[in-house]
Amino acid sequence: MGEEKEYRGPPPKVPLEKISEFMWRIPQKYKRGMRVPGLVLADAELLEKMKTDRTLDQCANVAHLPGIYKYAITLPDGHEGYGFPIGGVAATDYEEGVVSPGGVGYDINCGVRLLTTNMSEADIRPKLVELTNAIFNNVPCGLGSRRKDFHVTFNELDRIAREGVPWLIEQGLGWKEDIEHCEERGHMEAADPNKVSSAAKNRGITQIGTLGSGNHFLEIQKVNKIYDPKVAKTFGITHEGQITVMIHCGSRGFGHQICSDYLRVMERAVHKYKIELPDRELACAPGNSDEAQDYYQAMACAVNYAFANRQAIAHWVRQSFEQVFKKPAETFDLKLVYDVAHNIAKIEDHKVNGETKKVWIHRKGATRAFPPNHEAVPADYRPVGQPVIIPGSMGTSSWLLVGTVKAMEVSFGSTAHGAGRMLSRAAAKRQFWGGDVKKTLESRGMVIRAASQVVLAEEADPAYKDVDKVAEVSDKLGIATRVVRLVPLAVVKG
Amino acid sequence: MHIGIYWLLLLASEDGELCLKSGKRFEFLEHTADVYIAAYGRTLEEAFANAAIATFEVMTDSDKIAQIVEDSVEIEAYDEKALLYTWLENLLINFETKGTLYSGFEISKIEKTPDGLRLKAKIRGEPFNPDKHPQKVGIKAVTYHRMEIDKKPGKVSIRFILDI
Repeated sequence: MGEEKEYRGPPPKVPLEKISEFMWRIPQKYKRGMRVPGLVLADAELLEKMKTDRTLDQCANVAHLPGIYKYAITLPDGHEGYGFPIGGVAATDYEEGVVSPGGVGYDINCGVRLLTTNMSEADIRPKLVELTNAIFNNVPCGLGSRRKDFHVTFNELDRIAREGVPWLIEQGLGWKEDIEHCEERGHMEAADPNKVSSAAKNRGITQIGTLGSGNHFLEIQKVNKIYDPKVAKTFGITHEGQITVMIHCGSRGFGHQICSDYLRVMERAVHKYKIELPDRELACAPGNSDEAQDYYQAMACAVNYAFANRQAIAHWVRQSFEQVFKKPAETFDLKLVYDVAHNIAKIEDHKVNGETKKVWIHRKGATRAFPPNHEAVPADYRPVGQPVIIPGSMGTSSWLLVGTVKAMEVSFGSTAHGAGRMLSRAAAKRQFWGGDVKKTLESRGMVIRAASQVVLAEEADPAYKDVDKVAEVSDKLGIATRVVRLVPLAVVKG
Repeated sequence: MHIGIYWLLLLASEDGELCLKSGKRFEFLEHTADVYIAAYGRTLEEAFANAAIATFEVMTDSDKIAQIVEDSVEIEAYDEKALLYTWLENLLINFETKGTLYSGFEISKIEKTPDGLRLKAKIRGEPFNPDKHPQKVGIKAVTYHRMEIDKKPGKVSIRFILDI
């Protein structure tokens, strides 16, 4: 391929034209094969960080995709990924454009869900350690961990892949109203388990209902500040100090293997359809080809698996509250605010130069941020817009925002998805030790339960960019505006 | 003894070889989001085996994995990079589906086939036991990102990134 040597040494200097305080253009002439310009949504500080790795160059590479509309977009939390930067959006024409598994990533439907309660910090403090222990015991996390009482057959795995959240609720793992508060109502219709390899199914069957490790986490949080009381109230958040629970994880080995399998398929497709690309990991196929359709149907299985995974975990969180407080979860009003995907491809309608176009939307490290009155937004939220959930890193704040009309105009209805790493894992391990990280967080009043000390060191919060800054830039751009800031009281890590 | 010295001299010239001199079979390089690994060997087979050890070192202390059970691996791919990708992916699948951690990798010669390359190996390890094997980080996937395979006579160095 020949491109790999350029990864040695400093990243290439990418030309940038300032459009506004928070918008920068990578001119189309930067690379010969670019079909559209790049659009970088960041303030000067976040942009400086992007210049230290290959984020901007990768943004320009994405602009090479056949059928891409308007621009390749990098969001405020953008950082270097594989082929595509993480924190980006690309929309390609439904007929003429391509579909790329790299534009979704390995962890298909890595995402977040947020639950509210009617409790305040004072209600939970006396039982916080007990509750965190209960969750740590009930929710499998870390390497090779699983619940002894939750096993599925291959037949049931196919039903999870096809039906997602509604199937789990049929099995008693959740409340009926949870369905309405999931993106895609917790399952994508396109899913076809026949398009999923047996390797993916073998990986998936042992990992359904597990949190995983790395940057995935579960937190008991409190509302630290309400920015938009009207919207917050619609989402079920009424006062500062209110307790929430956040779950961040994805489709586990099932989704990773589906991505990997279809990257292989797409590599052959690139030759077959004679698509010229600047990077092997951008491998793609025309949207109307069998390769792309098969990928989409397999990807939808992983999307459903991930929604179901978070549903199962939420169910065990509710059970943990019941065990500790000895009352039914309904009495705590442990409602699902919303469940959003951060890595996903979708077929959506978007306005391009005044015309409505059917497009393949690739969101990789990006959150859908649909505006008020959009039909994809749950009926009870439709007057205000779609909830956008942005998790911070371990021990830092997280955010609830709301989608806007501006997002439809600027970023194909999308905004940022997280903090984005700043320090390498190796550097974090040199600077921090798991035990110290735990002590520091505990000295701030947090309860920490982690399966791995190494993960604690690697995920130390100074290793990440400032998520408050990311939320602020999203708000100032108007592509999703701030509703509530959340801070953790307890963290469960893989 | 002589062979050992010869080996070290041969390897003493380029980047990464300082590690070989000090006896390292692999090292972790700087990368912001994920795990960036360099693995070394006298042959492609040896470098692939060391890459496998590094992969299990991401998840646990590979020194603590006893070699009690044996599995066979046979894979094909159209070029060396695809072979490395498929090899490491196969080990991940073995770990996730069988629950076995591996530390012994005996790769018989990598052969040419009409369609590309074939690798056959015996892999040895033991079932993951959280009381014995310290937990580090789970690996999501192997990637092609920044993958390099640099072959010189008697000295192979490879680089790759694991998504975690």
